[in-house]
Amino acid sequence: MRTDTLLEKLCEIDAIAGFEASASDEIKKYFEQYCDKVWVDTFYNVIAYKKGSSKNGKKIMITAHYDQIGMIVSGYEKNGFLRVSNLGGIDMKALLAREVTVRGKKDIFGVIGAKPPHLFSSDEMKKNVKLTDLFIDTGLPDEELKETVVVGDPVSINSPFVRMINGCVAGRNLDNRCGVAACVLALEKLKNSEHENDVYVIATVQEEAGLIGAISSSHNIEPDIAVVIDVCHGDMPDADKASTFALGKGVPVGVGPAFNRKFTEQLLEIADREGIPTQLCVEAGNPGTEAWAIQVSGMGIAVVEVCIPLRYMHTGAELVNLGDVDIASALVAKFAAGRTVIPSKEDADDSDIN
Amino acid sequence: MIQTLIDLTRIDGVSGNEEQVRKYIKERVEKYGLEYMTDTIGNLIVKAGGKGGNFKVMLAAHMDEVGLIVNHITDDGKLKFAAVGGFDARILTGQHVRIGDAKIPGVIGYKSIHLQEKKERESAVKLKDLYIDIGAKDREDAEKYIKLGDYAAFSSEPVFFGKDRLKAKALDDRAGCAVLLELVKEKWPFELYACFTVQEEIGLRGATVAAKRVAPDIAVVLEGTTCADVPEVSGHEISTKMGKGPALTFMDRTAIADSTLLRHFESTVKNESIPFQWKQTVSGGNDAGKIQVSGSGVRVLAVSVPCRYIHSPVSVLDINDLENTKELVKKALLTLPLVFDGRQKND
Repeated sequence: MRTDTLLEKLCEIDAIAGFEASASDEIKKYFEQYCDKVWVDTFYNVIAYKKGSSKNGKKIMITAHYDQIGMIVSGYEKNGFLRVSNLGGIDMKALLAREVTVRGKKDIFGVIGAKPPHLFSSDEMKKNVKLTDLFIDTGLPDEELKETVVVGDPVSINSPFVRMINGCVAGRNLDNRCGVAACVLALEKLKNSEHENDVYVIATVQEEAGLIGAISSSHNIEPDIAVVIDVCHGDMPDADKASTFALGKGVPVGVGPAFNRKFTEQLLEIADREGIPTQLCVEAGNPGTEAWAIQVSGMGIAVVEVCIPLRYMHTGAELVNLGDVDIASALVAKFAAGRTVIPSKEDADDSDIN
Repeated sequence: MIQTLIDLTRIDGVSGNEEQVRKYIKERVEKYGLEYMTDTIGNLIVKAGGKGGNFKVMLAAHMDEVGLIVNHITDDGKLKFAAVGGFDARILTGQHVRIGDAKIPGVIGYKSIHLQEKKERESAVKLKDLYIDIGAKDREDAEKYIKLGDYAAFSSEPVFFGKDRLKAKALDDRAGCAVLLELVKEKWPFELYACFTVQEEIGLRGATVAAKRVAPDIAVVLEGTTCADVPEVSGHEISTKMGKGPALTFMDRTAIADSTLLRHFESTVKNESIPFQWKQTVSGGNDAGKIQVSGSGVRVLAVSVPCRYIHSPVSVLDINDLENTKELVKKALLTLPLVFDGRQKND
């Protein structure tokens, strides 16, 4: 499948953090195309397993979270309106005048409204809107609304998937369906290749709610090494250059205390050898990704990170370059399948100490 | 009429760039076999009435919508823009837009929330800090697709939802255009000109000249107006209510309704049992303001379809209000000769 079509379909899936159940089957189908053994665990993490050719093979776990930010119904107002709380780090600047789907007994379309701007005081207009200023207009009679939607139902923000110039696309959920797409593409590449190590590709849940899926997955799999695929901030003219990465200029690879130095070096060497351009994504501490949780799982797991630069994160206008998804998947596939010497656990531990 | 409205909201026509809307309407009135002309500024004036009667009626609905215009391209290929018409800049961040005749897709950018400092997170974004990202590599690349002065319109597909609700962009005033396109089909016992005007949103520009050309005695303006029956708004602040029928304006910032006309419309709704409401607030304005003072003066009245979240990509109307607006205007106009025939222009 072409990357844009794959990504478009993945972005259409609704999987708000904590409400991934129905989406997990859809994600599973994508993995099953390229992998015989795929299952969904109790948390709705979707796990694809590909056995390695060597008896002494090690375990490589590749993760990309498939949950998305959203909102959750917190109450009703008269005349078909709902109040909501945020689920994950929503950008309040990108909420006014948006469309949503309330996932009640059935899907309900709504728009996010507020009182008209002229009724905000001039002081209020200088401040950013708060979620408590906003409501969801469902246009339904109260009785019907209460029959269909209960407090605690999730709400997703709608936004189209748009193909732009230069191989860019914009829309919702690109954080982190880009990563999931890279996983699918990596599985496709691994399908016909021999590799020594056992590979677990996992689409994880509840990253946006505190890395929950990564914690349970690394506990269950106990990998020797983990590769986290997630988005990083793309270059935006008004943002700090050191925290953002150019689109279409190479795969940002995480460096810093969260990442295993030895494996990161191997990853960069492979990229060099394969002619895959890279950039270095320096994270002084918590990178804000699953790497942070996986690193301290069990007795400790060596983690490397492969990123896809994304602009306007946590809005309905997230923007990425499709080529970045392709090269991220290529690098991950090469790393997983390569005849890379995976050191024994003791060696890995040593390198962590260094 | 609903299908017409849906078609119309899919067309982009930011003030000064109403060509595509005009083209659609022109094709329709041609099909009805009506005479029309387009004036210098871009108004489409359709002769819809017969002869007879002692007065001339002008109906007006504006074709333009609020939007953006590109006024600078940065070295890194982002488009800076100005607002065309008045709207709340707080709605802009992260919206999808389409730019120019080629409808190049873009998104309105601002640095991600994670990279905003506390103060930036807490304050509303200013228009000047926003930009449109089309995915261009740099200025030279952007210039292949965009030139200064290109218009950008919100990208928003019409959606039916709730009970009889329609969400779309540009309901102000494609709702009025859709009603007017129905009304031109009627047989009128007096001279009637349907004016699809331009540039209402930037200062009632089109209506100013259309009224001079038509020189009507009576003008009825068909509008989409604010609707504030939402949480946290109460009492007199509720301009109009959704689903409660067409809103009659007795006064706003630009005009005071002609009382004879207003009372005639009021008695029409009562006789015909059409739901109606008063626009309770006297804020805002519309083409009536300029038409009123045209020539030696024109009796004016504005009849509006209530629209929540007006001037945004997700404006909402109740389709019953749309139907009732058409019914009210049609019935009130057909009985106009009973009120005005034989009277002097300025009695």
